[in-house]
Amino acid sequence: MSKALIDEAALMRFVYDEARLIDEKRFDEWFELFTDDGYYWMPLTRGQPDGDNHTSLFYEDKLLLRVRIERLKSPRSFSQHQPSFCQHVLQQPAVESADPQQNSWVLRTPFLYLESQIDAQFMLAGVSRLHLARVDGRLRIRLKKVELLNCDAALPSIQLFP
Amino acid sequence: MMRYRNNAAAVRALVREDSVHRDVYVNREIFELEMEQLWRNTWIYVGHDSQVPTAGDYYTTDIARQPVIMLRDSDAKVRVLMNRCAHKGARLVSAQAGRCDGELLRCPYHGWTYRLNGSIRTIPLKSGYEGTGLAQTEAAKGVVSLPNVVNYRGFVFVRLSPDGPDFHDYFGDSLTSIDNMVDRAPDGRLEVAGGVLRYMHDSNWKMFIENLNDTMHPMVAHESAAGTAKKLWAGKPDDVPKPMAIEQFLPFVNGYEFFDKMGVRIYENGHSYTGVKFSIHSNYSAVGEYEAKMEEAYGAERARAILGEVRHNTIYYPSLTIKGAIQAIRVARPIAPDRTLIESWTFRLAGAPERLLQRTVMYTRLINAPTSVVGHDDRHCYRAIQDGLATDGNEWVSLLRNYSPQERERIAGDYNGTSEVSMRGQFRAWARFMTAGMADGEPP
Repeated sequence: MSKALIDEAALMRFVYDEARLIDEKRFDEWFELFTDDGYYWMPLTRGQPDGDNHTSLFYEDKLLLRVRIERLKSPRSFSQHQPSFCQHVLQQPAVESADPQQNSWVLRTPFLYLESQIDAQFMLAGVSRLHLARVDGRLRIRLKKVELLNCDAALPSIQLFP
Repeated sequence: MMRYRNNAAAVRALVREDSVHRDVYVNREIFELEMEQLWRNTWIYVGHDSQVPTAGDYYTTDIARQPVIMLRDSDAKVRVLMNRCAHKGARLVSAQAGRCDGELLRCPYHGWTYRLNGSIRTIPLKSGYEGTGLAQTEAAKGVVSLPNVVNYRGFVFVRLSPDGPDFHDYFGDSLTSIDNMVDRAPDGRLEVAGGVLRYMHDSNWKMFIENLNDTMHPMVAHESAAGTAKKLWAGKPDDVPKPMAIEQFLPFVNGYEFFDKMGVRIYENGHSYTGVKFSIHSNYSAVGEYEAKMEEAYGAERARAILGEVRHNTIYYPSLTIKGAIQAIRVARPIAPDRTLIESWTFRLAGAPERLLQRTVMYTRLINAPTSVVGHDDRHCYRAIQDGLATDGNEWVSLLRNYSPQERERIAGDYNGTSEVSMRGQFRAWARFMTAGMADGEPP
């Protein structure tokens, strides 16, 4: 594997593209961004140490992400007969760590997220961290960790992917 | 227009043996009466005593929209106090949970302090009350400590009304579900663990409660979620162990026969449980060492009996539903006719492997979270009812499935699992506790 530096612009572009795939509902392509052992994690509490011994809002491996994405295609996803749409509004990502030796990059991105379903719309704010690795020459997500500002609030249905 | 207040006959007329009028779900006056009558005359779940392990620990919540404090008193007793200063009425405690400094409650506004039993300890500049007759006023009584509180094996319930059924008469043998849940801990004790999911619903609280023992909906409403999981797993060789998530999803799309045969047991006063014979939790993989620990604690025979009881949902009408088999509970907190907060709590079985905590944490996330693909379709269906009931032309909601006139004499007993008898039992209790002490009025 090349130990070459990945330039910051490429890392930033990855963050913006990742959010854009979700917002355009290109979930199959988004799914492919994850490594085979990748996780999408949204903790339920601040500073939550793990997703195994404490409940999370999302703590999904690729199998569970696949279930979610395939369900969205099902004509019997009743809660999506009136489809939901979402929009990420991202602050400029910061490279929190870059360690080509360990094949590891972490990008921190504060965000606003809006999800709408006809007349109902809600907004979430938080910080997203993408833990990236290079696999076969391309950046992949090992962990997307989304920390919500109001993770402890009574929430409505969150049907897409903040 | 006031149609139902002081008119027990009109309230009773909303409940027929086989159906209920839409007003029980959509009418604001009925909702207000539910909070004043049904939710005051019955035993409501407050919290678990492991949330307040030592003297001075408190937890706050709302019961029938009234803020209350559950706390551990100096004598180790769990008390429930109204969260209201005796002076000007300020909510005393605003954090969800915490610890009282010096085992005292102190009002943030004028600094009146109270002992953990609610009695007044100090009033600043008390000389201002000299000769005023303070002792004869409501304020002198301190913070209201509710007299009717029962801590049943860690589960704390309150009855707001001074009059009403005794706790054990009210729940009867339905308490065996709590017994089984607690007995599943080798150390005989549960601890709240794993956090609380708070899921806001835009529908009436009864739609959620009824749904818990509605076994005709999973294969329909959850086909897109559990059916998708099943399809993705199909074709995997038998010797590939099923991931826990797949084990938990698949039974939701079991056929009608499965749910019918699991059976439902009905108790008086609206309580019931499905899974008399088996349930969707019956075929989870064994968790290493757990059975051995249970045998060590209880002996082989008793351990087998405890673990052989694998109930689905038990409804402690009207506020609490539990899944003893996986140590998870859900609590309904009604807010408005079309607004209900559902809280999902999980528990650690003291003395059991952590894997069991991990199992319930996964289940509650997959099934009960605001992000759950199962929860999304449930919530959608509840709201669909809320919207559908606005239509004219048919004002009645049918609860007729497997109805038999014999229920008139006695509804308690065992029935086939797909019967709507649990809902009929709930509304029978609903009509009784809604109208207790209410003037008769004129039938509509």
